[in-house]
Amino acid sequence: MKIALSTSGETLEAPLDSRFGRAPKFILYDLERDYFEVIDNRQNLDTSQGAGIQSAETIARSGAACLVTGHCGPKAFRVLSAAGVSIYNCGEATVADALKAFREGALKAMDSADVEGHWI
Amino acid sequence: MILAVASGKGGTGKTTVAVNLASVYGAPVQLVDCDVEEPNSHLFFRGTVTERETFAIPVPHVDESLCDGCGECGRFCRYSAIVSFGSNPIVFPEMCHGCGGCMEVCPRKAISEVDKRIGEIESTRLEKITLIQGRLDIGAAMAPPLIRAVKARLQEGLPAILDAPPGTSCPVITTLRGADLVVLVTEPTPFGLHDLKLAVEMVRELRIPFGVVVNRMGIGDNRVHAFCAKVGITILLEIPDDRRIAESCSRGELVVDALPEYRSLFATLLWNIRELRGMEMGVSNVRSAN
Amino acid sequence: MSGARIEELVVISGKGGTGKTSLTASFAVLAALSGSAVIADCDVDAADLHLVLAPRVLERHGFKSGHEALIRNEDCAGCGMCREYCRFDAIGMVREANGIPTFAVDPISCEGCGVCVRLCPVKAIDFPDRVCGEWMVSDTRCGPMVHARLGLAAENSGKLVSIVRREARRIAEEKGKGVIIVDGPPGIGCPVISSLTGASQVLVVTEPSVSGEHDLERVLALSKHFSIPAAVCVNKWDINPEMAERIEKMACGAGARVAGRIRYDSAVTTAQLRELAVVETDAPSAEDMRRVWINLAR
Repeated sequence: MKIALSTSGETLEAPLDSRFGRAPKFILYDLERDYFEVIDNRQNLDTSQGAGIQSAETIARSGAACLVTGHCGPKAFRVLSAAGVSIYNCGEATVADALKAFREGALKAMDSADVEGHWI
Repeated sequence: MILAVASGKGGTGKTTVAVNLASVYGAPVQLVDCDVEEPNSHLFFRGTVTERETFAIPVPHVDESLCDGCGECGRFCRYSAIVSFGSNPIVFPEMCHGCGGCMEVCPRKAISEVDKRIGEIESTRLEKITLIQGRLDIGAAMAPPLIRAVKARLQEGLPAILDAPPGTSCPVITTLRGADLVVLVTEPTPFGLHDLKLAVEMVRELRIPFGVVVNRMGIGDNRVHAFCAKVGITILLEIPDDRRIAESCSRGELVVDALPEYRSLFATLLWNIRELRGMEMGVSNVRSAN
Repeated sequence: MSGARIEELVVISGKGGTGKTSLTASFAVLAALSGSAVIADCDVDAADLHLVLAPRVLERHGFKSGHEALIRNEDCAGCGMCREYCRFDAIGMVREANGIPTFAVDPISCEGCGVCVRLCPVKAIDFPDRVCGEWMVSDTRCGPMVHARLGLAAENSGKLVSIVRREARRIAEEKGKGVIIVDGPPGIGCPVISSLTGASQVLVVTEPSVSGEHDLERVLALSKHFSIPAAVCVNKWDINPEMAERIEKMACGAGARVAGRIRYDSAVTTAQLRELAVVETDAPSAEDMRRVWINLAR
């Protein structure tokens, strides 16, 4: 199973980025094979509107079954839910710590968007 | 004649000029409030609303029985208004610009258009003035389609005064397009001059003749006058800095009603506008004759 | 420094010309006293804050948003299909010198949707990125400032506003600044929505008039829609004290708090002429502005 984590860096020591739609990168972690790749999200930030929607599309296409992030707005939530991606909230942490918390079942799944939508 | 009243900076007195001009026009005139985000003209005219209609823009609707999840619609859309990734598409109507593209590119013809309400348009009659205004719903993001719809309700052959939103971006351009003359309202201050220059650049780009009204004369300095003189812009009127004007506006009263001595001031503005328009038409007649 | 929470105060007005920018400049000066502020000018359509804060530009960045359609005349077959399908009246017929019709896109009306580009039977339409303006990172006497200039007739989607806020936040985090002060745009559309979402607090500066009251109602509904705590301040309150009182009651009824009132003061313009914030002068209204600032900090 693969999980995606929003981040600003390229290693597991990088901080988890709390805002999903504007995260510069995602780490796509393969839990079975214990290996990960970095997905660049910057091109989505350049579209004229819908950063959250575009980021959600990226995650949906990546094959991730779950997403770990700080906050997720209603449009992104809608896309992720339709794609069957479960979303988990995590507070401030490194990617490694967030992964550990996820594996231990310490993270809570979101059943609705937890922040109001942004315009873009 | 279609006259538009605009300004780079907000709060310079656009609406004050527009409503008082309409009041002294002397003949049937349409006053069109294109500031659909914050329409204010109606606050100065208490007439009877003769028409009210909701306004909607067309947004996509997907017939899921025809959709095969090819994703072409999502790939085409520039606004993230329709998203598709191997399942049935998701539509975000608030992002849609109504271009109709997804409908055209869908290979299964599975997309049709449905209306999404974004605001309303109202018409009010008061003696010689017909007030037409648009009001954008709270949270609806796009003003230009509503502004276009408000302008579409203009009756041909009747003069019109358009009250534009502040600034120089797309809602203002949408308002000014097609106007015969623009009146730019400013104040004699650093903010006023800075924003006037932006507005001048805008009307020049649109190639519409224009003149300037300087409101609240005396509060600042003469930099606006110096600029207009330097680049050859006609100053159509100077309105004094009279606290009583601010007070009457604050009560929703027309200046020409609360302070009748100002009737002649606005009548002069109308005269100067007609003169400027006459000159501009004369110039263009000379040009086309050659 | 992602531990401490950064306070972001957004100053908006609904109606333009209520004195929002003059007040924001004074807040920037007051916040600078504790060395803790980053300033963001999000009134990207008609930015005026720089006229008081005199920023020294350190970085300039082009702002690209969307696309525009460009018809290659030499390849145009004159079929007019582009004009038929354009929903924005952005395509017009142009008669060449030899009398053959071709078509051209008006960049001011073009919304960059791509329909004509896709449907052109001879693929004669290009679709380049559109450069819409620029944003700058600067230094001022009050601290770092991020500001921008939107190009003429540019689509004001709020994206540039978002970029200005994002950069201001990045600088605040980098430099350990605890406060971001945002000069917001007028209206209730996309640019304002972009300036509000995620803010800690919004201050609506209004004036004691029927227009001010009407527009305040709409803008408070907007901040409620996005769940941002709102405060209201009536500027030039003594032009119509009854209306000022009515507005304050209405604001409270709408769930906003009253942050104070500022008197009508010709010295505000004098300060502007001297390129100073009001609180940097001995204008009578400076005292009122200081009080509003203190109330906001509570």
